[in-house]
Amino acid sequence: MNYYDILFYLFAIITLVSAGFVVTTRNVIYSAFFLLFTFFGVAGIYVLLAADFIAVVQIMVYVGGILILLLFGVMLTNKITNVDIRTGTGNLLPASIAVGLLMGALVSVMIYTGWKVQPGEVPDTSIKQLGALLITDYLLIFELLGILLLIALIGAASIARRDKE
Amino acid sequence: MFQVTLQHFLVLSAILFSLGVYGIVTRKNAVMVLMGIELILNAANINFVAFAKFGNFGFGGQMYALFVIVLAAAEAAIALAIVLNIYKTFTNVNIDEIDNLKE
Amino acid sequence: MSESLLVNLSIAILFLPLLGFATVVIWGKRFPKLYLLEVGIITVAFLISLFVMFAKLSYFPKDIISEFTWITLGNAPNDGVINIDLGIKIDNLTVLMLFVVNLISMLVHYFSVEYMHGDKRYTRYFSYLGLFTFSMLGIVLTHNILMMYIFWELVGVSSYLLIGFWFEKKSAADASKKAFIVNRIGDIGMFIGILILFTNYHTFTFDTIFEQIKNGVIPFGNNAWLTAAGILIFMGAVGKSAQFPLHVWLPDAMEGPTPVSALIHAATMVAAGVYLVTRIFVLLTADAMLVIAVVGAFTAFVAATIAITQNDIKKVLAYSTVSQLGYMIMSLGVGAYAFAFFHLVTHAFFKACLFLGSGSVIHAMHHEQDIRKMGGLKKKMPLTYATFLISTLAISGVPLTSGFLSKDGILAGTLAFGKLTGHWLIPILAFTVAGLTAFYMFRLVILTFHGEARDHHKFDHAHESPKLMVTPLIILAALSIFIWYTPNPIGADNGWFLKSWVKTPHQVTPDETRFSFMVEKQNHEVSKEEHGEIVNSLEYTETMHWAHYKAMFGSLAVAGLGILLSFMFYQWKKIDADNLANKIKALYNFSLNKWYLDELYDATAVSGTLNTGKGLSWFDQKIVDGAVNGSAWLTRFTSKLSGLFDTYVVDGLVNFSALLSGFVGLNFRKLQTGKVQTYVVFVVFAVIILLIFFKPF
Repeated sequence: MNYYDILFYLFAIITLVSAGFVVTTRNVIYSAFFLLFTFFGVAGIYVLLAADFIAVVQIMVYVGGILILLLFGVMLTNKITNVDIRTGTGNLLPASIAVGLLMGALVSVMIYTGWKVQPGEVPDTSIKQLGALLITDYLLIFELLGILLLIALIGAASIARRDKE
Repeated sequence: MFQVTLQHFLVLSAILFSLGVYGIVTRKNAVMVLMGIELILNAANINFVAFAKFGNFGFGGQMYALFVIVLAAAEAAIALAIVLNIYKTFTNVNIDEIDNLKE
Repeated sequence: MSESLLVNLSIAILFLPLLGFATVVIWGKRFPKLYLLEVGIITVAFLISLFVMFAKLSYFPKDIISEFTWITLGNAPNDGVINIDLGIKIDNLTVLMLFVVNLISMLVHYFSVEYMHGDKRYTRYFSYLGLFTFSMLGIVLTHNILMMYIFWELVGVSSYLLIGFWFEKKSAADASKKAFIVNRIGDIGMFIGILILFTNYHTFTFDTIFEQIKNGVIPFGNNAWLTAAGILIFMGAVGKSAQFPLHVWLPDAMEGPTPVSALIHAATMVAAGVYLVTRIFVLLTADAMLVIAVVGAFTAFVAATIAITQNDIKKVLAYSTVSQLGYMIMSLGVGAYAFAFFHLVTHAFFKACLFLGSGSVIHAMHHEQDIRKMGGLKKKMPLTYATFLISTLAISGVPLTSGFLSKDGILAGTLAFGKLTGHWLIPILAFTVAGLTAFYMFRLVILTFHGEARDHHKFDHAHESPKLMVTPLIILAALSIFIWYTPNPIGADNGWFLKSWVKTPHQVTPDETRFSFMVEKQNHEVSKEEHGEIVNSLEYTETMHWAHYKAMFGSLAVAGLGILLSFMFYQWKKIDADNLANKIKALYNFSLNKWYLDELYDATAVSGTLNTGKGLSWFDQKIVDGAVNGSAWLTRFTSKLSGLFDTYVVDGLVNFSALLSGFVGLNFRKLQTGKVQTYVVFVVFAVIILLIFFKPF
């Protein structure tokens, strides 16, 4: 076990434990905060995978954007008197069975498949290459994503403020 | 066994994926369901980045991870707008009570 | 200045009107003032086209072609890779047409601003004008026949929209449909012609096709097919340029607004047919040219005889347009290529002027179009009268006008053709038509502007049109003077228009299929000018010289006679027109009713279609239904038998299965809870089952 491995297990445990809390705790606000830790954990995993830029984006977009958005969603859809906003659960037994089976199947697929590992050169930082690719090979997708975001922006605004008639 | 390999990342993502599915299936609050979806997207992203590192595919994997993040942001915005609309219509966001699809 | 600049400017000219159309159509309802944008755009397009024309004519003696490959058809059997190119060709013809189309379109826009004022679809009207201009410019600019066909149809559509602009009127709606359908008939021929060429040459590009014909590649190895291709493509021109027998749509098309008539049915769209024939001129064989000449001459004659008796000011002009188009087509048929195009340009100006002038009159008379109710308008509308008179002089072929020059050239061409080939009927018809034209045009002028007012109520309210309507008239009338085309008022041969701008191209067809006078003599007597552009044998040039003065004096004589007669009939009343009409009642009615062609078509084509339908219906009811009824009886008998079988055996089974499925359904419907999450659980189970089934681990 070297530092790399230790860090991996650390981040994996942070990720999985907080993700577990996210999906099990009844308090919505707690869930949101555990989700924060999950995102951090995943960001750490990205760093370990030599994807520094993705990790930064993960933190900025997920934590700074999506999570805040989700919190707003929680706040706006509940009559808030205190932080204790509860959510009901259902389907617990069939869901546990199904998800357990699924997890088993997936994990065994991952473990028993003979992956061909062929590590390439790992550059110090990925941001330069990503930037270059983004305006060369992936330019069209990049532009399309811009348009998609614009559409999402307009669409979200127009859906959210539609009045009841 | 403890030496970290590609499998470790894949297993991590598989478990994260399953937890996301569990969240989607069990939670009643629509916002919670969205959180489950975010977990699933993260799991997929881990796979992308992991294969990018271990597979020698260049930066394609990381690129797609980036695009997935962008899509996730768009999806979250739209989904929350829809949730707000549902809230306006039904005065709650418990999706098990919103079953107009039935009959 | 480079060629690419010219190409880019031409493309800009092409797409500017489309931009105007799109903008006005999309936002026109919200911002009614947008029509000003369309007017502005067309002005800009005109200025660019002016620049392009001068640049091309002064600095680029060679044709400019810019193209790109649109579609590549790979691995066609026997033929390998076929490229379909799109592109534009800028030659002298193109830039002159660009100028003509844009100028008239612009003037019509200005005119319409006043004329259409207060119409409830005012902005929409301008957007249609933009669409039309775009399509017309497309025809002018294209370098291949496929694009030409596409824009050809677009012109058809936009003219349909404009003719039927006041679609609340049933006559307007009918006229637009008639125009569209009649045009389709011609277009079928054109389409077949295009396909003949494409099948053999695997390209739509004009120059490539011509090049291959020149190298001796003949469609299906037979000269008759070349003739057929020429005539079939010419059919498109027959429809669009309103040639006999498909000319019937154009007079009806006068139901559209008058500026539209000026733009579409006088100057541009109908000229598209002539333009098409000039484009394919080099592949026409002698047989095809003869057909074209005869069709043109006959059209000119028919329309001229009809125009004499019409009483609607626009109908007279419409038939005169048909007649003049027949002239151009005839001119192409007899090989007087340059004069045909010359006449196309001059006719565009003075006929647009006449139509806009009639629009001005109609506007002043509160939408009265019957010339029997006009008269004496000279005093009330001096400017309209003056411009109308100049254009009338031009169309009648009076010296010092542009019409005299072009008409004279065409008449000389027909005369030379008659002498060289012995087809004397064509020059005879041509001279007759020249006289008739002078007659009916002066009849129109005299009845409208001279004499006493016949409808005093409307006369008292008549007034000169506003400046915005009169200015286009003045510009167009000015362009009907000879000086723009040649410094010599009695012969255009040495003017810049014919000397350096428009030259007859080389025929590419095999020598044995040409008229003998169009074959270049290989070893001697080739009257070559610079760039070797001249085509005809010395014999032809000499005959043209021989014909020149004869044609000029002949045309002067017949035009003078026509004008004189007209004055005697209608101005001085020496001869009573009504009396004469009564004496030759049959002929008069024949002309008044347009040779009964509409009735003929009703009786043959239209009712033929209806009768075929009725016949088919009878066949259907008696024969088919009889057979059906017979089999029905048989079926009834067998069905009784099978009915018994049905009731006991089949129904038993069916009822059982219904019971079964009902039972199953009742139980399984509980699965459909309407809850999304339940469905997700099902999906997860399904995935697990798939995973187990495929055993990837």
